[in-house]
Amino acid sequence: MSTSIHAAQMPIVVDDPAAQRFKVHRSAMTSREVHRAEIDRIFAESWLYVGHESEIPKPGDFVRRPVAGRPVFMVRGAETGNINVFHNTCTHRGALVCRQDSGNSKVFQCFYHAWTFDSEGRLKGVPGRDAYSGGVDFDDLGLKRVARVESYRGFVFASFDPGIVDLPDYLAGAKDYIDLVIDGCGGSVEMVRGSNQYSFAANWKLLVENSFDGYHAESTHDTYFKYLVSIGTDLRGGVSGRAVDLGNGHAVIEYSAPWGRPVAKWEPLFGEDARTEIDRLRADLVTRHGEQGARAMAEVNRNLLIYPNLIINDIMSVTVRTLYPPAPDVVDVTAWALAPVDELAALRHRRLDSFLTFLGPGGFATPDDIEALESCQQGFASGGVEWNDISRGMGRVPMANDEEQMRAFWRRWQQQMGNAADLAGAQ
Amino acid sequence: MTTAGVAAGRQHVEDFLYAEAALLDAWNLDDWLLLFDHDAKYEVPCNDALDGDPAHDLMLIDDNYTRLAARVERLNSRRAHREYPHSRTNHQVFNVRVGGSADEISVSASFTVWRFRGGRSNCYVGRYRYRLRRRDGGFRIAAKRAKLDMTDLRAVADVAIIL
Repeated sequence: MSTSIHAAQMPIVVDDPAAQRFKVHRSAMTSREVHRAEIDRIFAESWLYVGHESEIPKPGDFVRRPVAGRPVFMVRGAETGNINVFHNTCTHRGALVCRQDSGNSKVFQCFYHAWTFDSEGRLKGVPGRDAYSGGVDFDDLGLKRVARVESYRGFVFASFDPGIVDLPDYLAGAKDYIDLVIDGCGGSVEMVRGSNQYSFAANWKLLVENSFDGYHAESTHDTYFKYLVSIGTDLRGGVSGRAVDLGNGHAVIEYSAPWGRPVAKWEPLFGEDARTEIDRLRADLVTRHGEQGARAMAEVNRNLLIYPNLIINDIMSVTVRTLYPPAPDVVDVTAWALAPVDELAALRHRRLDSFLTFLGPGGFATPDDIEALESCQQGFASGGVEWNDISRGMGRVPMANDEEQMRAFWRRWQQQMGNAADLAGAQ
Repeated sequence: MTTAGVAAGRQHVEDFLYAEAALLDAWNLDDWLLLFDHDAKYEVPCNDALDGDPAHDLMLIDDNYTRLAARVERLNSRRAHREYPHSRTNHQVFNVRVGGSADEISVSASFTVWRFRGGRSNCYVGRYRYRLRRRDGGFRIAAKRAKLDMTDLRAVADVAIIL
């Protein structure tokens, strides 16, 4: 009997350590029921990245953006200096109250009926207030805060789940790796102006896998590595490292690689002038964190997943990237470049150069990742093959080009999604 | 320049831009690269920072001649998977305005670049800004900047083709 290629299979994730086999049913990427359940069980019940504190340094500074597809905005309160994250909807009849992507404002006025809120969310202005009788409590009609908001090292997270564990507990082992990124940057970072917002026709979890997939680099990104060689990078050192399960679905690959790092691994491409500065940055890291700590920050690359949908890749440049699925076969990507404040101009330029060449959608690598993931999604539609194999490196200490980091994600995903029997029933 | 001179200048510039578009649409990228001076730049700023300066802002594309040549080499290879096989493209140039001096001509123009591949279509819309130099009875490109009018890249996924 043939089954629908879109029907959720039970179980979706098959984890068989004894047989050293790990499989994911392809309905995880194609099923509308699975997608709907992900919105309810994963995106509504996780800590999700909203933005970085450096984006709103001054009172009244704000940015608006969707978080898990929901329009919210983040504003630094003019009175408290706190980071407020509000649902972007007027408490009167629903219109957006923040209609600019970024800016500075003491008040947010809904243009529909001119209800006006301050940067702390309080309702300050209602035209014709005397038309309301005593039944309306205006103090209770302030902007609705997203249920939970917490920051870690400047990264602002929100959760729509009021009962979720505190952010530090949630981040588990990933905290240490965020520390490595920030401390490596000298402890103080900022988001660079200019972001990448692109979408493509593949399931979001394929991009989770791809974002820390050491196995695909050589085959998919041949043209990028050729380019690196052409500009003088010596690739002979190769890539070597390990994959680590950080708990709660978070995972990382950490590895040495031949390319230079603006903090703090010099290569000829950086030029002699930058060498002194890179030596100084590295020496500074040694003073603050010891030789071992400095090595981990300066020379080791890391591709980090903060479950479920935040990627921080600290490689030849640092990207902060969120993923969201508006549909099973579409992913919305938003990506920023993170950099140390007061970075030497030449190093900042080289950092951004590396970002746009490798990580950017106009570069020499990301378009080919997009092609690979769209190609997978198209392949799923063929049917015939029901399972993806994610077994690579089971039964050995997992290396950076194995798939243990993906298994860590999928195990937590399966746990949050439940046994999927209810999904199968929803066919 | 007289009015007639401006008109004649614009006609020559338009012919040059149409010829450039034809080379791109024919995927004759080696000849396209010959249009650029060796100190040339090809830039595409991020959709949300159209005045972006590559020295301190993130760009989508910031090619000097070396990287532009590498881009051509990549797109000519069979391993630029996103563009192998190539998209069919149609570069349309209009609203051309010409200014600048006798030595260096500044050009602004609107563009629509259609990209078709695998049954799907994308459309890039924006403005070009060129700096052109007179050379051998024709022009060489000193700088080409393509500013996208789309607020983001969600509808087009990437900028793997040359705009």
